[in-house]
Amino acid sequence: MDTLTAARAQMEVSLAFHMVFAALGIGMPLLMVMAEGLWLRTGREHYRQLAKKWAKATALTFAVGAVSGTALSFELGLLWPRFMEFAGGIFGSAFALEGYAFFVEAIFLGLYLYGWERLSPRAHWLAGVAVATSGMLSGVLVVAANAWMQTPAGFRMVDGAAVDVSPFAPFLAPSWFQMSLHSTLSCYVATGFAVAGVYAVGMLRGRRDVYHRSALTLAMSLATVTALLQPLSGDLSAKNVAEHQPAKLAAMEAHFETARGVPLLVGGIPDEATGEVRWALRIPRMLSVLAYGDPDAEVRGLNDFPVDERPNVLITHLAFQVMVGCGFALIGLGLWYWWARRRGPGAEGRLLLAAVVAGSPLGFLALQAGWIVTEVGRQPWVVYGVMRTADGVTPVGEVPATLFGFSVLYLGLGVALAYLLRRLATGAPPGTAAGRGGLHVS
Amino acid sequence: MSPETLVAAVTLAAVVAYAVFAGADFGGGIWDAFAAGPRREEQRSTIAHAMGPVWEANHVWLIFVIVLLFTAFPPAFAALSVALFLPFHLVLLGIILRGAAFVFRAYSPESARSPGAGRGALRWGAVFGAASVITPVLLGMCLGAVSAGSLRVVDGVVRVGDTPPWLAPLSLATGAFALATCAYLAAVYLANETEGPLREDFRARALWAGTATVALSVLVLPLLRAQAPHLWSGLLSARAAPVVAVGVGAALLSGWALLRRRFRLARAATVAQVACLLAGWGIAQYPYIIYPDVTVQGAAGHPGTLRFVLWTLPPGMGVLLPSLYYLFRVFKGEHLGVREP
Ligand code: HDD
Ligand code: HEM
Ligand code: HEM
Repeated sequence: MDTLTAARAQMEVSLAFHMVFAALGIGMPLLMVMAEGLWLRTGREHYRQLAKKWAKATALTFAVGAVSGTALSFELGLLWPRFMEFAGGIFGSAFALEGYAFFVEAIFLGLYLYGWERLSPRAHWLAGVAVATSGMLSGVLVVAANAWMQTPAGFRMVDGAAVDVSPFAPFLAPSWFQMSLHSTLSCYVATGFAVAGVYAVGMLRGRRDVYHRSALTLAMSLATVTALLQPLSGDLSAKNVAEHQPAKLAAMEAHFETARGVPLLVGGIPDEATGEVRWALRIPRMLSVLAYGDPDAEVRGLNDFPVDERPNVLITHLAFQVMVGCGFALIGLGLWYWWARRRGPGAEGRLLLAAVVAGSPLGFLALQAGWIVTEVGRQPWVVYGVMRTADGVTPVGEVPATLFGFSVLYLGLGVALAYLLRRLATGAPPGTAAGRGGLHVS
Repeated sequence: MSPETLVAAVTLAAVVAYAVFAGADFGGGIWDAFAAGPRREEQRSTIAHAMGPVWEANHVWLIFVIVLLFTAFPPAFAALSVALFLPFHLVLLGIILRGAAFVFRAYSPESARSPGAGRGALRWGAVFGAASVITPVLLGMCLGAVSAGSLRVVDGVVRVGDTPPWLAPLSLATGAFALATCAYLAAVYLANETEGPLREDFRARALWAGTATVALSVLVLPLLRAQAPHLWSGLLSARAAPVVAVGVGAALLSGWALLRRRFRLARAATVAQVACLLAGWGIAQYPYIIYPDVTVQGAAGHPGTLRFVLWTLPPGMGVLLPSLYYLFRVFKGEHLGVREP
């Protein structure tokens, strides 16, 4: 395996791993704060128990997120030293601010996790609010760095070097707003449905106590609201991609020939060699409408770009279909749940609960797929239009070995973590399981 | 001072903060690995309680250092990443395993016979201890590599000799020094946070680690003179010497205070010792980031970005420092008490 391929793979493995914990690190604190806030307002003990249980799960996942994030900070240099030599001094502003957000997050998480007995209930809840806010902010700030790689801004290139670099360069990237909105929402979607699935399993096993029902309600509220917003924010993202990264849009849509009044493809397998897409559903003129708000608008196809400036169409297109497919499936799931709930809590049937379980990984699947769209669709550029990925890679030859090592390490950690989280899911703590079938099995 | 020198000073301060705070967390892991005697399990649980709420915040100092490095001195970061590819990966392995093992152990099933020590917990505990011993050594070796003089950057291309810079004698010595210092810091802090026989345990450990640190310094001084004359003369220069002198004085004071069981004084003196010695090294190393080819001025990034880093420092620290103070007041204000979670 050559260094470039190995470096891409190691970056991808590390990011995909980190992203799971990053999403949980953004979503879980919000759920904890919601549950503990309800406890403060209603005084009902099971809300506090929920917050405590979620805090335990978060203690596990946050630590893994923090160390895998540390690995990423080093890996940016270890794998892409020339990229960092060029870009570090430009998009670093975003990371510098993110550093403070990390501090606040880690400090208040320590206070939250270990401070149940030491802080007043209100101070404890406020510590949770600080964690939720700074977690969200750290995501928004790191996405600024990525947005700058997608749509670089705030500098001029003169003879292969950046000059007139603005201190605010990453924040001037035109896709920052759209991307941070969409990716922050995606963290809540993914966390919400995943948590809902855990409690749906419990309820399917007969634990239909208030503890499980409230957990499901809270998780589904967050998940459904954010899932409904996701296509709207995705539409903003797509319009932005159309404007700034036309080659990516063409790859996402497997759109080969520049034309007017272009249909939207749903599904389908693109064939790069022939420029054809098989087995796709075509919605007439829809792509022109979605991208430019005009049914006759011209959409540039891949044929408009030199062969060595085209991203991988197959991967980008399929990943995009997966993300959008999951997005609409989750919206359907959310609506079904609340329709069933209209007669009050506890009315969820077994079929619905089974669907919630089945749907629980889809948020994470969409999130990973979305990042594949964004990152693979950016290729062959590491900084779009400015620096090619191949020019950023390390000269060190041992990357295949470190790729192997890190993949094994992350796989092992993932398995161990799944086992420990499974053990945490022991049902409602004794004494809070008032309600139907309040017995719990551990 | 020029902006790049200011940012370099901030980076050095962050390195010091990482050493003083997170160094003690590594040290805790070292004493976990070497827990012994009748109060072995108590030692371990004291360490876990002391680290639990704060280690993640302490760890962020390292991230801060890395971010400052690649934002303000991108060529230096790139050169280090290439030349220290292997040790940095090993450091990451250590950091990942240590952090994960620490929380995994806490949540592993307990065995019926000895609570808190099921088989899974024992295994993760062993990983945690081993990673805590190895990581500071590697970090120290990487720090030594920037002074050793064998990491060259010629015309923008990184060159290393037959012996990689992190395996140079000076780097190995720095690694050992880092290990001893972490162990010393942790034992002194832990003696402050315990009482009775446990406190005596940690006091004895502190004395051991302190002796090791002194012995290592005696060994390192001639090495420094022979292998890194630039650093040697830097340490004796008017710029660095006063700082180093305060550090040495504080080291002696902390040893004396430990012997006399003046634990709070010992803690303050130990912090001063580590901070001054590390800062003295940084000042002696100035203007080099990597001796002899990469300087603070030569590697400085874009002026706008440097200004951004400096401007955001007061508000950032304005949020960070009070929060840190609050964290430590809540958990370190008195002896360790209630067990959570
Ligand atoms: C739960 C996750 C999730 C769901 C349900 C969706 N997305 Fe998404 N999408 C992401 C998670 C995500 C992401 C992982 O967060 C990305 C990667 C980069 C980013 O900003 O968000 C993303 C990127 C992304 C991009 C590329 C942005 C860029 O490269 O700048 C577009 C055009 C869309 N999405 C559009 C949509 C549409 C039309 C959806 C309709 C339902 C949708 N997404 C659902
Ligand atoms: C702010 C966040 C991010 C930054 C700074 C970042 C940075 C990078 C860099 C430097 C590369 C290597 C160069 C290249 O291949 O273009 C890369 C590639 C990649 N990243 Fe990201 N990334 C971020 C977020 C993500 C996330 C969250 C994911 C997925 C979960 C992701 C998935 C990938 C993939 C799949 C590649 C390989 C693309 C290819 O080579 O075809 N990225 N990223
Ligand atoms: C879109 C992509 C990303 C998002 C949304 C994100 C978000 C987060 C969040 C919420 C955390 C808190 C820890 C946790 O929840 O477990 C975290 C940790 C961390 N992330 Fe990421 N991250 C992303 C990509 C990256 C990249 C590309 C890097 C490095 C270059 C990085 C570096 C870090 C570091 C160093 C930490 C540890 C902070 C600590 O100790 O508290 N992240 N990230």
